[in-house]
Amino acid sequence: MANASADKGSFLNNLGRIYALYTGGFFGFIFLVGILEQLGVGQKYLGYMFMGLTILVYAFIGVVSRTSDVGEYYVAGRTVPAFYNGMATGADWMSAASFIGMAGTLFLLGYDGLAFILGWTGGYVLVAVLIAPFLRKFGAYTVPDFLAARYGGNAARLCGVLVLLACSFTYVVAQIFGTGLIAQRFLDMNFELACFIGLLGILVCSMLGGMKAVTWTQVAQYIVLIVAYLIPVVWMSAKKFGIPIPQLTYGQALQQIATLEQEFVQKGLATATAPTHTAPFTRYSPANYFWLIFCLMVGTASLPHVLMRYFTTPSVREARQSVAWSLLFIFILYFTAPAYAAFSKLEVYSTLIGKNVADLPMWVFNWGKLGLITICGKAAASAADVVAACKALPGHGGLLRLQDFVINTDVVVISTPEIAGLPYVITGLVAAGGLAAALSTADGLLLALANALSHDIYYKMINPNAPTKQRLVISRALLVVVAVLAAWTASTRPTDIVAMVAWAFSLAAGGLFPALVLGVWWKRTTKQGAIAGILAGFFVTLFYLVITRYWPHIGVQYFGMVSNLNPITGAPLISPEAMKAALSNPALLDGPVLASHPLQSRVGWFNINNISSGAFGLPVGFLVMYVVSLMTPAPSAELQRFIDEVRKPRGKTLMEEKSGTVASH
Amino acid sequence: MTPDTEQHWARTKSLMLLMMGLWAFFSFFIHMFVVQLNAIKIAGFPLGFYMASQGSITIFVIMLFWFAKAQDKIDREFGVAEDD
Repeated sequence: MANASADKGSFLNNLGRIYALYTGGFFGFIFLVGILEQLGVGQKYLGYMFMGLTILVYAFIGVVSRTSDVGEYYVAGRTVPAFYNGMATGADWMSAASFIGMAGTLFLLGYDGLAFILGWTGGYVLVAVLIAPFLRKFGAYTVPDFLAARYGGNAARLCGVLVLLACSFTYVVAQIFGTGLIAQRFLDMNFELACFIGLLGILVCSMLGGMKAVTWTQVAQYIVLIVAYLIPVVWMSAKKFGIPIPQLTYGQALQQIATLEQEFVQKGLATATAPTHTAPFTRYSPANYFWLIFCLMVGTASLPHVLMRYFTTPSVREARQSVAWSLLFIFILYFTAPAYAAFSKLEVYSTLIGKNVADLPMWVFNWGKLGLITICGKAAASAADVVAACKALPGHGGLLRLQDFVINTDVVVISTPEIAGLPYVITGLVAAGGLAAALSTADGLLLALANALSHDIYYKMINPNAPTKQRLVISRALLVVVAVLAAWTASTRPTDIVAMVAWAFSLAAGGLFPALVLGVWWKRTTKQGAIAGILAGFFVTLFYLVITRYWPHIGVQYFGMVSNLNPITGAPLISPEAMKAALSNPALLDGPVLASHPLQSRVGWFNINNISSGAFGLPVGFLVMYVVSLMTPAPSAELQRFIDEVRKPRGKTLMEEKSGTVASH
Repeated sequence: MTPDTEQHWARTKSLMLLMMGLWAFFSFFIHMFVVQLNAIKIAGFPLGFYMASQGSITIFVIMLFWFAKAQDKIDREFGVAEDD
């Protein structure tokens, strides 16, 4: 054991050198693959090389970081320096949705898509100021640990676990779904098989070493994903505008887009009402835009897999610094995404729109075949299909119009290098980056889920006398069970899964935020108040989500919901006649409605979209917590002292753990 | 609660309120004027669009590094900071 800790010391002392070497090696590898491409090696093999090598590296780190120490398994021994924890959090945070979906969303929504940029960054201010340092001082292993200590016992713990499971499980399924998609496209694998391969990639990182292994893998994954994101944009910027700083040059791209937008309208290639890229509030009404930002921010500050990263720093001080580093590393990608979207849009506008539909470039059909690009309302599988589809439209002049072209948001990032005519090595690199983003987030989520089950449910509630060794065995077993369950769910291709990720933010916000914040900042919060508040906030959010999505007719008939409004015209999305027709349709009365149903996600209270359900859950959660707390006796003097301790960085962590190593001798 | 602890918490609280004020300003308030700001163009960027796509998030990053320093200074002043 003495040897192992000396190794650990030297590893931590040499982090800079190790990761610098790793980054250099990665660049060398990209260069090598580039050369192989020039020598004529097939694209499929280049794809395998990228995926295979990166996954091997992650697995290697996972195996080397194996541990049998409870403290290392749950919180990486609290030895992760602020800077590296920031990188790991960046990878933990940026999921397939950020890497693959973000630029596509901005491409599609223009200004309104920026709600995601703001919402997924500003939340870290709340994390740093209101929550993370205090949880670190307390010394929790999991978020429910803190709830249990602050709110007197296992009832509060159980509520925390409930919210955690609800928001993390759908989230992890979406990540495995993302890895499946990437593997399917680039390795030509069967989708179901690809999901389970992705699962193996995740398990090798997390199973043997828990948080310790996940931390050091996530740092490696961050480096891959950020390099993969930046290289194509920098390249495009240099190619188009001569300056390799996309964040500066995309202003010119925006101008050119605006000019093209006007030209299209003049030439009859776009309708006069087509929203322009920089015009605000064309997709979301202002209220929906701001509520969405708010829910995403508060959700960020409540998601357990993010908060638990700050349990791993050596001190409270470093926990705070670490939040700043996290945001900086996340910022690097989010700061670039709008540029990515603008370049991509400019490329599509200048090379496609206004061209004869009979001679479109090859890449359109590559994605059209998968149903991810549609032209004139049909999947653009081949040149003949496109011509036929456009001919069938009345009054189509044979030139591609803006409204004819629809691209799936997930395709934008992956296809842009190809569209812009960059070599295939860049496309392979982007795929490896997307994989790193999905795997790293899945690692964090799985750990959060399995830890809640093994630490909170099994150890704290079922068998508090379990020996350390047994706890770790149970943790690992549960990790595998949860992972297999998630992979199985993903392999059934649940269509709603992407939408559900956005739900996780509202659920976490409504369920956990009031209890975490008031637990530190308002001593008067009582056990009863917290439990009532968590349940009220969580269930109000869940109710709004589920009713508006699956039972909108029930919402209209029994809960006073009405049609949401068109953000531009202010008219109801569903006219009174259409509403009547939908409600009198007997087919509606058989259970939940399908995604294609006219009412789904288009009714609600106060014109609030269901993606922002936290707008209802969060205020209710706070209010209930406040009122019930005032109605019940104040917390004991002992608990008040406990809160004072949590507020002061100095001193030992409050949750003491017999952190013995197992089988070390 | 000793007076020192009380003062430490009071200072911590004011810093928190300041941070929340800045957060609300750059998350919401400034973007309410996006239409007016978009009339101003800098290097091709409409200013309202720029604030949402780059401006606010840059400020968040700076805010957090500053906050980590400022809170640490308060902690040290009242002797509740951790040993280095």
